[in-house]
Amino acid sequence: MEKLKSALSNCYLSLIVLFMYAPIATLVVLSFNSGRSRAQWSGFTTDWYVAMWADETIMAALRNTVIIAFLSAFVATVLGTLAAIAINNMKPVSKNIIMSITNVPMLNADIVTGISLMLCFIAFRISLGFHTILMAHITFNLPYVILSVMPKVRQASKETYEAALDLGATPFQAFLTVVLPELMPGVTSGFMLAFTMSLDDFIITHFTRGAGIDTISTLVYSQVRKGISPTMYALSTVIFLTVFIVLMIGNYAPEWAKKRKRTV
Amino acid sequence: MKNNTSRYLATPYIIWIVGFIVIPLLTIVYYGFTDRNNTFTLNNIAQILVWENYRPLYRAMILSAVCTAICFLLAFPLTMILRSLKVGRSSLIVFVFILPMWMNSLLRVLAWQTLLERKGVINGILTALHLPEQHLINTTAAVLIGMVYDFLPFMILPLFNALMKIDDNTINAAYDLGASYWQTLTKIILPLSVPGIVSGVTMVFVPALTTFAISNMLGGGKIYLIGNVIEQEFMQDSDWNEGSGLSLVLMIFVIVSMLIVNHFDDKSDMRKGGVI
Repeated sequence: MEKLKSALSNCYLSLIVLFMYAPIATLVVLSFNSGRSRAQWSGFTTDWYVAMWADETIMAALRNTVIIAFLSAFVATVLGTLAAIAINNMKPVSKNIIMSITNVPMLNADIVTGISLMLCFIAFRISLGFHTILMAHITFNLPYVILSVMPKVRQASKETYEAALDLGATPFQAFLTVVLPELMPGVTSGFMLAFTMSLDDFIITHFTRGAGIDTISTLVYSQVRKGISPTMYALSTVIFLTVFIVLMIGNYAPEWAKKRKRTV
Repeated sequence: MKNNTSRYLATPYIIWIVGFIVIPLLTIVYYGFTDRNNTFTLNNIAQILVWENYRPLYRAMILSAVCTAICFLLAFPLTMILRSLKVGRSSLIVFVFILPMWMNSLLRVLAWQTLLERKGVINGILTALHLPEQHLINTTAAVLIGMVYDFLPFMILPLFNALMKIDDNTINAAYDLGASYWQTLTKIILPLSVPGIVSGVTMVFVPALTTFAISNMLGGGKIYLIGNVIEQEFMQDSDWNEGSGLSLVLMIFVIVSMLIVNHFDDKSDMRKGGVI
């Protein structure tokens, strides 16, 4: 009975893994297929990777995606961390008002957030482009930063900050050397979360980008209408591998370090 | 002293959220309640009652509800099995099920398009086996598969987090007191995993209800959802007033459905912690 149960469990796990990874595996296989057909294997090639590397639209989209993700996560982290400290010290009424507004982009459907930002940019005659995507991304990243940093701010002790002031530190010095290190775990996880949210966004970017600028997501979307080139499969493979390696390192590097210490 | 200086730290943030959250929301409300000549009207909101707009909203509600149900039915046994394996959160097997979440969601939909197309992988395999080609793409089923595939990890993660929090002793106590497996499941495990279910349901239902990319890529413009209607108002027809009115209606549907879901879980603050 136990055996049957575990066999069934393993069977179920394998089926879900198959469902989740078969489509990704298909993209990886097709990226090495020399023909353009999706139904026929016509030989192994790495040409699509070379073509992808030489394709200026793909490379520009890749650059835009990473730069916007990094900048928007950085600005959101700075604004959000400072705000989290201040909000924690506010009176309950103003705290509640600000936190409700903060949560709006997270609770609202992305399509409404995207459209409202687009209408606003156009109403104020801000031309759409790289900078409007960046501003939109900062906006939807902020709640994630605040929600990551807020618990750390609540835990942090006020006494150490005051002690630093009493010992002659300027408020700025005290902030850098005493307050910030205490908040750091929340700040880093907020940054990482914001970074990945920005990398993955399509809907809000779709509405706030102008003509002539693409991120990976909007590029994929526009390719689909025109017919997918195999270079997109090469791009998918590269992205999947990058995500896989980064997450493996992020997840397991601390454990490996621990194990190594133990064995030494 | 600290209170006075620290208050100014929020100034840039407050300016930002007023400029990029409050004012845009007011803008969309303004557009939604005015016509092209800037006079007040309820016409844009009433547009939802028109068959061409009402039908896609209805279809989106049904599809996203079915998608959420399928995601839950797939994810619940899965997370129960993962829990019974007694492995930590950072074990490789758990990692395998969370990993697809971090891959660009449009690329994952693209993968399904490649599989389902008329000259796609599945039909290629069928032809090789001398079986008749199937019409797979541009159907409701294709859109549904894409939705489930895209959003399943967002159900798995919060459910897994909630189930891992349940103490083994609680479950064993139920068994010791004579409860059957079924009773333990419905009276102990399910109620204790409500916070995870609530955050999973919101993280799947809302994006599924409002999507336009999945229905466009796998439905080929034939499976028209409310997201597609709104997107077209802005990107093709350029009737911003009507588009804004419909967006406001959609926003109300999202808020109401979230209130209903959250009603099951008053004390939940899983949404805050459920994202990673």
